[in-house]
Amino acid sequence: MRRVAITHVAQSSGVESKESLMDFTYAINKEILDKAGLKREEVGCIIAGAADIFHSGLSCANAFDWDGIGAFLKEGSRAEESAFSFIYGCMRIMSGHFDTVLVTALVKGSENPDNDAITSFYGDPFYLRPVGLNESAVAAMQMRQYLERYGITEEQCAKVVVKNRGNALFNPYAHVKKRVSIKDVMDSERIYDPLKTLECSPKSDGVVAVLLASEKRARKLTGKPVWLTGYGSSMDHFIPGDRDLLNGQLKTAAARAYKMAGIRDPQKKIDVAEICEPYAFQELLWCEHLGICSEGQGGKLIDSGMTQMDGALPVNPSGGVLATNPYPARGLYRIAEAALQIKGQAGEHQVDKKVRTALAHSTHGFGGQCHSVVILSS
Amino acid sequence: MSKEEHRIVKGQVMVPYELALGRTWCHFFDCLKEEKIMGKKCRKCSRVLVPPRSFCPRCFEDMEEWVEVSQEGVVETWVYVNMPFFAQELKIPFISAQIRLDGSDSGFIHQIAGIDLSDFDKVRERVKLGDRVRAVWSTEKKGNILDIAYFEPVK
Ligand SMILES: [Zn+2]
Repeated sequence: MRRVAITHVAQSSGVESKESLMDFTYAINKEILDKAGLKREEVGCIIAGAADIFHSGLSCANAFDWDGIGAFLKEGSRAEESAFSFIYGCMRIMSGHFDTVLVTALVKGSENPDNDAITSFYGDPFYLRPVGLNESAVAAMQMRQYLERYGITEEQCAKVVVKNRGNALFNPYAHVKKRVSIKDVMDSERIYDPLKTLECSPKSDGVVAVLLASEKRARKLTGKPVWLTGYGSSMDHFIPGDRDLLNGQLKTAAARAYKMAGIRDPQKKIDVAEICEPYAFQELLWCEHLGICSEGQGGKLIDSGMTQMDGALPVNPSGGVLATNPYPARGLYRIAEAALQIKGQAGEHQVDKKVRTALAHSTHGFGGQCHSVVILSS
Repeated sequence: MSKEEHRIVKGQVMVPYELALGRTWCHFFDCLKEEKIMGKKCRKCSRVLVPPRSFCPRCFEDMEEWVEVSQEGVVETWVYVNMPFFAQELKIPFISAQIRLDGSDSGFIHQIAGIDLSDFDKVRERVKLGDRVRAVWSTEKKGNILDIAYFEPVK
């Protein structure tokens, strides 16, 4: 297998764009090609990350998306989960079929219904939908078990919001920029008890593009290639009642990624992590499953300050999904942010340490039905 | 940009679907009409799944044996939903819950009601993980999941 590197990254702000989806998509893809000094014709292959029907109101929107990504006359494909788009792009380089692949994820969250409405349609129409499930409801059920089983407190979960919203103040691309206190979070409306409004991610616009290249091409395109060194994903059962919501497939996905990257002690080896936390407590639960702390220790982890911007293992220096949630694109945003940290180009939210190895995580589905873990290295 | 350049187009897409339930769901719903909750047992892993499946998703083998499970079970987790969302027909507030019915090996997702849901703090006092709940049947049966009206706390 050939090595594959991220050479360039471009991203839009998460704030509502007044541009049409096609123009919004074009702007970021134009930007990344300009950064790389590549013409559209020189890109080998295009992979999109878009969930068209519910998130764009267009059927087979990848047909619509192709022009803005620059995919005309090219081989390409699409995945709804943008972390999958990323790995599909990587595989086309690893296999030797292409030397460059442009991976772009896009959505205009401002244009479609609330995530709760959209995710209610994950459920089938004869069982899960009629009994009122959506992503937030399942997350709340997962949170209640998490609080009860391990004695995690609601205040500890609220601290994740305080941290991530605080970090977002330093990220020019973040959507929601407002410092909040533990009290603000605790006092926010209990919309899906035990979940409160401020513990749920917003709904954002977002286009993010990542340019991938083979080793030979990467070294010509950039002085700071970021290498893919590990990847793993795993899927759980569809029906939440068939699983243990506190012991899902993230451990499996992480084990696969760590094995590929040769990581035995993730807490020591990983310098920074971008973790997909649509709901505050999930950052703590996912950290446990990623081996950043041990089982049931997510509350102590946030108390310890280790995951703060200036901690030993900063988690979500970008502000994470709690600040910016362009739903199907959020996984590729994590990957792009992790790459920027390795390049030392994250700007004001660059962590104050040498970043050699970064972890990016993405999740999709009820209560983390599907997880992907990406390990990037300098 | 001028306001004119910010113009938006409002749209709503409505398209009809016809989804086959298949024989396993059909039999499950037919039994609900008779106030029986049925599961299916896997010959290989011996798990009883409710709702029943035609095949065991873990063993990937046909599930052939029907078993009636208890109408009572234990609350594995729950959520107090107090947020309306598009296309949701249930009136808020409501409780969605995962219930392990006696004699089954999976969580059955339904609602908890039959208690005063208006005061949230009281609900938290009233509903705890591990509590026992029992099915309450709708008087008019339609052969769907809401033939069980809800689950109510036992005592
Ligand atoms: Zn089985």
